[in-house]
Amino acid sequence: MADHSQHHIVPKSTYYLIFTALMLGTGLTWWIATIDLGAMNNVIMLSIAVTKATLVILFFMHVKYSPKLTGTVIIGAVFWLLIMLVMTMNDYFTRDWLHFG
Amino acid sequence: MSSSTVAMPPTHYLNNGLTLKSWLFTKDHKRIALLYLVAVTFFFMVGAAFAVAIRLELATPAGDLLSDENYNRVFTMHGVMMVFFFLIPAVPAILGNFLIPLQIGAKDLAFPKLNLLSFYIYFVGSLFTMYSIVSGGLDTGWTFYTPFSTVASTSAVVPAALGIFINGFSGILTGLNFIVTIHKMRAPGMTWFRLPLFVWAHYATSLIQVLGTPVLAITIVLVAAERIFGFGLFNPAVGGDPVLFQHLFWFYSHPAVYIMILPAMGIISELVAASARKQVFGYTFVAFASIGIAVIGFLVWGHHMFVSGESVYAALVFSVLSFIVAVPSAVKVFNWIATMYRGSVSWETPMFYVAGFIGLFAIGGLTGLFLASMGLDVHLTDTYFIVAHFHYVMVGGTIMGYLGGIHFWWPKITGRMYNDLLGRVSAVVIFVGFNLTFFPQFVVGYLGMPRRYHAYPEEFQVLNVLSSAGASVLAVGYLMPLFYLAYSLKYGEIAGDNPFGAVGLEWNTTSPPPTENFKTTPVVTWEAYEYPTPVEGHVV
Repeated sequence: MADHSQHHIVPKSTYYLIFTALMLGTGLTWWIATIDLGAMNNVIMLSIAVTKATLVILFFMHVKYSPKLTGTVIIGAVFWLLIMLVMTMNDYFTRDWLHFG
Repeated sequence: MSSSTVAMPPTHYLNNGLTLKSWLFTKDHKRIALLYLVAVTFFFMVGAAFAVAIRLELATPAGDLLSDENYNRVFTMHGVMMVFFFLIPAVPAILGNFLIPLQIGAKDLAFPKLNLLSFYIYFVGSLFTMYSIVSGGLDTGWTFYTPFSTVASTSAVVPAALGIFINGFSGILTGLNFIVTIHKMRAPGMTWFRLPLFVWAHYATSLIQVLGTPVLAITIVLVAAERIFGFGLFNPAVGGDPVLFQHLFWFYSHPAVYIMILPAMGIISELVAASARKQVFGYTFVAFASIGIAVIGFLVWGHHMFVSGESVYAALVFSVLSFIVAVPSAVKVFNWIATMYRGSVSWETPMFYVAGFIGLFAIGGLTGLFLASMGLDVHLTDTYFIVAHFHYVMVGGTIMGYLGGIHFWWPKITGRMYNDLLGRVSAVVIFVGFNLTFFPQFVVGYLGMPRRYHAYPEEFQVLNVLSSAGASVLAVGYLMPLFYLAYSLKYGEIAGDNPFGAVGLEWNTTSPPPTENFKTTPVVTWEAYEYPTPVEGHVV
């Protein structure tokens, strides 16, 4: 296939850098959990988790160096996840909206 | 009927290696399709055996054949075997596997080893689920609703769940294989809008399998985690939310209905065109209707939860979206009928199954609209009306399409013809038996008989006896093809390359095809369903 000629070799230093960032993210998540920020705890921890997942997808899964089609597939999958989350929250956040009878 | 060759080709995929090893380790998509055919037929028989027990129990109002607990296990295993091990894999894994490379002019699927792995994953998954039958059975219903499945059930939930979890990867990998194959392995000239609608339908199905099945897999893992470790995920007693399980479960399991019906719709498009000898009316609309069903089908799952505590606002949204998903389905049905209009329709066995499909799917689809209406759904939820509705779609639709496809491509698969009269009789017997089985269930459900009970009030007996009698007729209809198709393997007339005079690349190779599908790579220079030039001059 044509893509073989474009195979990108990622330097080891990049992997070490990303690994360090992931470990820092884990430590930060643990540290945040020890502080009571109310509802913001979940927001911050989920933000860290999403950032870590993005790093894994971009660098460890080589999406940053892959053809646009691969990126499109990833975006499609994330969009489908969002459909699930949004439509589910559409239930949970509207339980008090309409009442009949 | 016409055939360009009257003798079997000397070499073909069936005689290219006759040892057991050559079959069990084959990477040929056609042989893998036949491995699936044997396995899927076996699980259909297992599921059917449970159905026999259900209909025998319900022939009388009293719970006199099975205890209530055993009845729970029987209907659960009927659902599990039929949904996960028959209906979902039937068309994609058998006919999709066999036909997609042939229809796009490829030698095989993109990942032949992955294809074989998919079969063995399916096989291992089925072993775990079969183990659950002999180790106490499963009594949760095929839906595994929590917290009953995680806290209260004393049955073999974990092995069954593990089997379904493993089996899910078979579907994901098959879907992935199809997507890559359709993108990358089309023959020269086979543009997207020259693809057979069977391929479009499988492309849409594969998207659902790849995007939806992982959600079921992780949900099943969460059920097992709560059951084994006591996590408070779905059990309200420890802070969990049972409605969350239903959201996650139906996010996959409603689109799963489209995994079952979309490939069958793809078959119907092929059969209608071949029988009417016309281009499919509104080809582009039918193609995009498949994609539309796949996408919108992901937005409607909440209609399973109108009475589960879902918010009224969310229910309204899901209700409207459920009405919308009926539109692309209706587009297909109307376009098939428009294709037949002024066509030269030949009433051979496949067309009988097409007629059966349209009749049963129309009833199943329209009663789905009843259930998408929130007010009516409150009355009908968990009654036999629901049971009848989803059997009309999932069984009436999918199996009619599946059997129609098997009859249409049987000569291509085996190189031999079956008895057409018996084929037509079987289609009629199935249609009559199916309606006799399930139409009374609409009535008895509307009158208020709940599903999943082994005993019922006496006033419902007549309708239940009709249903059980219909099931006997249906069983005869399903058994008939098993016998005459098996008989045809040895004694059937040699089919020739194109016995139905159909267009499509699969008819431009021998019956049965060679292992490499085509002697030379075909070059496509014609549009999809370019009738009436059925046989000559298509492959350059």
